[in-house]
Amino acid sequence: MEFKNNEAIYLQIAAYVSDHILLGKWPPDDKIPSVRELAVELQVNPNTVMRTYEYLQNQEVIYNKRGIGFFVAPDAVKKVKKHRRERFLQQDLPEFFRNIFLLEIPLEELQERYEHFKTENFTSK
Amino acid sequence: MIQINNLSFGYRKKNLLFQNLNLSLSRGHIYGLLGKNGAGKSTLLKNMIGLAYPTAGTCTIDGADASKRWPQVLQNLYFLPEEIYVPALTTTQYVSRTACFYPRFSEQEFYQFLAEFEVPREAVLDKLSFGQQKKMMIAFGLATNTDLLVMDEPTNGLDIPSKVQFRKIIASALTEERCVIISTHQVRDLESLIDTLVVVHNREIVVNQELDQISEKLLFTTVPSAQDHQVLYAEESLRGVNVILPNPEGVYSKVDMELFFNAIISGNPVILQLLNSNHLQNAI
Repeated sequence: MEFKNNEAIYLQIAAYVSDHILLGKWPPDDKIPSVRELAVELQVNPNTVMRTYEYLQNQEVIYNKRGIGFFVAPDAVKKVKKHRRERFLQQDLPEFFRNIFLLEIPLEELQERYEHFKTENFTSK
Repeated sequence: MIQINNLSFGYRKKNLLFQNLNLSLSRGHIYGLLGKNGAGKSTLLKNMIGLAYPTAGTCTIDGADASKRWPQVLQNLYFLPEEIYVPALTTTQYVSRTACFYPRFSEQEFYQFLAEFEVPREAVLDKLSFGQQKKMMIAFGLATNTDLLVMDEPTNGLDIPSKVQFRKIIASALTEERCVIISTHQVRDLESLIDTLVVVHNREIVVNQELDQISEKLLFTTVPSAQDHQVLYAEESLRGVNVILPNPEGVYSKVDMELFFNAIISGNPVILQLLNSNHLQNAI
């Protein structure tokens, strides 16, 4: 896995795990790869993956069954979306606002483009 | 697990390679040992495991003096030197003659690692290429399941797919019990595996710090020009100037190990002062 330079690796791995959960590859109450398995797959230090799992556990996205492993929380999708939403509103949106303000892009144009984007990308085939 | 106290060592009495060197390494970590050519990386490793005797001071492994070479200590450590010697034996013969020195040796793991490295099982070792020999010794070393694993430039001579396999095998090998020490010039080969950097420079250990702590204290970034007076170290690159800055706000940036190493040996004292600003805490 290629890692970006501007975000801690354990957070990038957390995003990777969250993506798998959002995409339904790892459904609720399913066991996820062990720390070792994921570390081998991503070629990273197991301590880093442990930190990822502790972080996701704190966010209640996964839970730990002692001696068995880590499992996807029943409402993990909801939790992941909530965290992502908060992060988007706090970090990405101000940047986006700043750009549309500087470039004087009217909201109507955005609305139009957004509708177009939705039909292009997210209508069922 | 490893404790080095006031180590002085020189191959000649008048020319000391280390002077009053102190170092403490714990289980559950992968240490990257960096140093210039001739700084004494290999010699430090040899002192650590009892292949060289300190001129003054001590090197202990779990409290036992390494230079005494107690069998109980040796059976729980594996050292992979940079230059390896292999006898004219097949892997099977080698295992049957050597594995008995390591009580926790796992034959199953050994052949699994060999398969992952694509080294033929029945080959005669001294007829193999250097890279194949090295992979065989790495597979053997990891299969010994010793708590202490010391490797001197293990990725030298490995081809590209083998480096990927090497990273996977090392990732699988680290447990809470194990202490892995790797000396290397090829830091990129081991990125995201090494969790703690140890730098030997000017006869001392100048850095022994977790990468997470380094990135809390220093900011690694690329800027258009290095005119800012805060710049601690700068190197020109195609995209601009790669710089190291103080990081008072604790912004995350990935530690560029090569840049960091060059900065350390460039001798800017401010970097070391920043790194050691809470030295006591780090020493634990």
